[in-house]
Amino acid sequence: MDIKRCVFVGVGGQGNLLASNLLGQAALDMGIPVVVSEIHGMAQRGGVVESAVLMGGAKSPIVSNGEADVVVSFEPLETLRILFRCNGKTLVITNAQPLPPFTVAVGLGKYPPVDEILDKIRTKVGKVIALYGNDLAEEAGNVLSLNMVMLGALIGSGATPVTEEVMKKTIGHSTKKAFLESNLKAFDLGREVAEKLMPS
Amino acid sequence: MHKLLEDAPGKEMLLLGNEAIARGALEAGVAFATCYPGTPSSEIPEQFFNISRETDLYFEYSTNEKVAMEVGAGAAVSGLRTMVTMKHVGLNVAADPLMTLAYTGVKGGMVLINADDPSLFSSQNEQDNRYYARLSGLAMLEPTNTQEMKDWTVAAFDLSEEVGLPVIVRTTTRLNHIRGAVTLGSMRPRVTKAHFQKNPFHYVCVPAVSRNLHKELLQKYDRLLAKSEKSPLNQITGDGRWGIVTNGVSFDYVMDAVDDLGISDKVKILKMGFSWPLPKELCAGFMKSVDKVLVVEELEPVMENDLRAVAQEQGITVPIVGKGVGGLSRLFEYDPRLVRGAVAACFGLEHKAPAPVDLTDLPPLPGRPPTLCAGCPHRATFYAVKEVYGPDAVNPTDIGCYTLGLLPPLSMGDFVICMGSSVSSACGFSKATDQKVVAFIGDSTFFHSGITGLINAVHNNHKFTLVILDNGTTAMTGHQLHPGVDSTPMGLNLPQVVVEDVVRGCGVKDVHVVKPFNIKKTIESLKASLDYDGISVVISKEFCPLFAKAIGEARKAKPFTVNQDKCKNHRDCITKLACPAMYLEGDLVYINKNLCIGCSVCAQVCPENAIVPLKD
Repeated sequence: MDIKRCVFVGVGGQGNLLASNLLGQAALDMGIPVVVSEIHGMAQRGGVVESAVLMGGAKSPIVSNGEADVVVSFEPLETLRILFRCNGKTLVITNAQPLPPFTVAVGLGKYPPVDEILDKIRTKVGKVIALYGNDLAEEAGNVLSLNMVMLGALIGSGATPVTEEVMKKTIGHSTKKAFLESNLKAFDLGREVAEKLMPS
Repeated sequence: MHKLLEDAPGKEMLLLGNEAIARGALEAGVAFATCYPGTPSSEIPEQFFNISRETDLYFEYSTNEKVAMEVGAGAAVSGLRTMVTMKHVGLNVAADPLMTLAYTGVKGGMVLINADDPSLFSSQNEQDNRYYARLSGLAMLEPTNTQEMKDWTVAAFDLSEEVGLPVIVRTTTRLNHIRGAVTLGSMRPRVTKAHFQKNPFHYVCVPAVSRNLHKELLQKYDRLLAKSEKSPLNQITGDGRWGIVTNGVSFDYVMDAVDDLGISDKVKILKMGFSWPLPKELCAGFMKSVDKVLVVEELEPVMENDLRAVAQEQGITVPIVGKGVGGLSRLFEYDPRLVRGAVAACFGLEHKAPAPVDLTDLPPLPGRPPTLCAGCPHRATFYAVKEVYGPDAVNPTDIGCYTLGLLPPLSMGDFVICMGSSVSSACGFSKATDQKVVAFIGDSTFFHSGITGLINAVHNNHKFTLVILDNGTTAMTGHQLHPGVDSTPMGLNLPQVVVEDVVRGCGVKDVHVVKPFNIKKTIESLKASLDYDGISVVISKEFCPLFAKAIGEARKAKPFTVNQDKCKNHRDCITKLACPAMYLEGDLVYINKNLCIGCSVCAQVCPENAIVPLKD
């Protein structure tokens, strides 16, 4: 089985750790060897949160610089910052809606225009799927379902061996009833965007 | 029922490394668990805390690691299976009891989980605690994945009980925080009561007793050595002539490197799982069977030096290399690419790794450092202290969220080395300089190791101000209990030790209790402390807003907004407070109403009174 190295990145509170854990659980449910790693610590204090999911038999729990097959980023500036994990073939799935860091808010830095960020990334990696994740989450009826949108886009891209069916089942097992419908809708909205953008 | 209690041998679960350890302890029938929380170990006691509420497992958050070790010692010496967990620097605090507990030994199995932190994800240093096994003479196990973290915890309990010594299981952050498949084993019954068999000439470590006990420890050590020589936890794989000795997560990187380089027929790998006492014969046999030995281990060249000593003893001349090969460093954690490169460099192999993208033409990226939360009471306290004491005052600080106060614009933090050092180092700063000294310590850290420093300050007549940032919880590591916490919102009824009572009991005469969101009164109290000739303590009391929300005690206040007609753009709110709820749009300051908790501190700081509660 080919080894797939996926990196998730987001800002504390965006739910990317939950997304990587669910992907890991779905892989396990499919009998795919999987290891997930995450950096805890100061996530709640507004910092960057990175996690990794390695499927297909790698023993190492982390992804080295330049060695990500897929990057799923919940925030465009963080996509730019995590480019060091990418190479010329990496698939980058990114939310295109910024969450400016506090440093920008107080004038200690400038947030690059999102179009320029995406253009820059496109010149460097294999493929970019950019989506308005927050809008899709809102459309799904739950602003906190950005992680489901991004997970849907990853599954829709076909970049991992995890299937839509198993992923949805795993989401179903781990979501409170009140949020299940909106979470699955968010997942589908993200999935549809990715399916359209990926050659089948 | 807690998921780790499921009695389903053979079932496969995706578990966090720390959950796997807790599960292993439960399978081994652990009856008694203590800890002081510390990243990356904190999720182990979190499991025990929750499980203790639905079973007869005894668990406590102890005041500090030394206390946790001693409480655990009492249980283990009585005969209960006991687990004590802590981070690497915690073992410095607990080293005193550990060293002599190794003399008395234990009756019930006792497992010490020690979590090292290479790369300092959340620590003040990256010391290598494998030295503690060597220092104490205790056995050390070093698992390499989640399954082993579970299985070897069970093995550690059995080993401990068999030899009568505590066993150290060493992890690193990377292992504590991986998730992987774990096949569950069967649960052994918990034995939760014992009867202590008196034996003062074994357990009371006066010199005459300890002389004998040291001899006994060396005998037990020999038994451990015989076990490590034969242990299945030390595994040799492959039969090539290129030798690699490795441990912990480095083993995973080595295995992937061997696959990637396609050299599995050329290498022979020794995984050191039962790493202390070093299985000398096993190592010697391994070294004799290969042409070269590469040691891949994070942090210090511990095994590398040990192997050299074994080679010297046995006249083995095979080259032994490690640190310095292909970038293998004593610094920071390793990763797959680094280890692959080192293996290739050591054995003269070509290898092609994908080139990382070129980053030289990226625009400067604004940082996203962790910051004190919107409405964090520490920010208000730091602001008030700075207003009263000015920028020249020395601010020894301590370990917790408030260490983030060192960042500008608050810039409140001049010296931190370990838990409790704020109070004691302040004694030194105040005598050695003529600067004003204001030290900061959190409530949990105060109970952990601030009290002895405070008594020292009183007795030795030191002159400084200690600000105790009492946010009602152990915030940094995830809101654990400590002696000062009111546990009733959690449905518990643990007696609360009040910080102010302790401070007065230590003999401090000048004590102020302030609500930091009342800036004016806080400043008045700080001014009084500034003028006081002696040790003055200001207790700044306000809930951590994340904790308050978690226990249903969140502030009911309205968020604030900037009245743009009144704002004259002094920007004191931003430049003095740096609250993440504030942002600039164009040239104007706004407040994110979803982040603002209505602490009102910015409204009190604004010279134009332009910040007002948001109307519905």
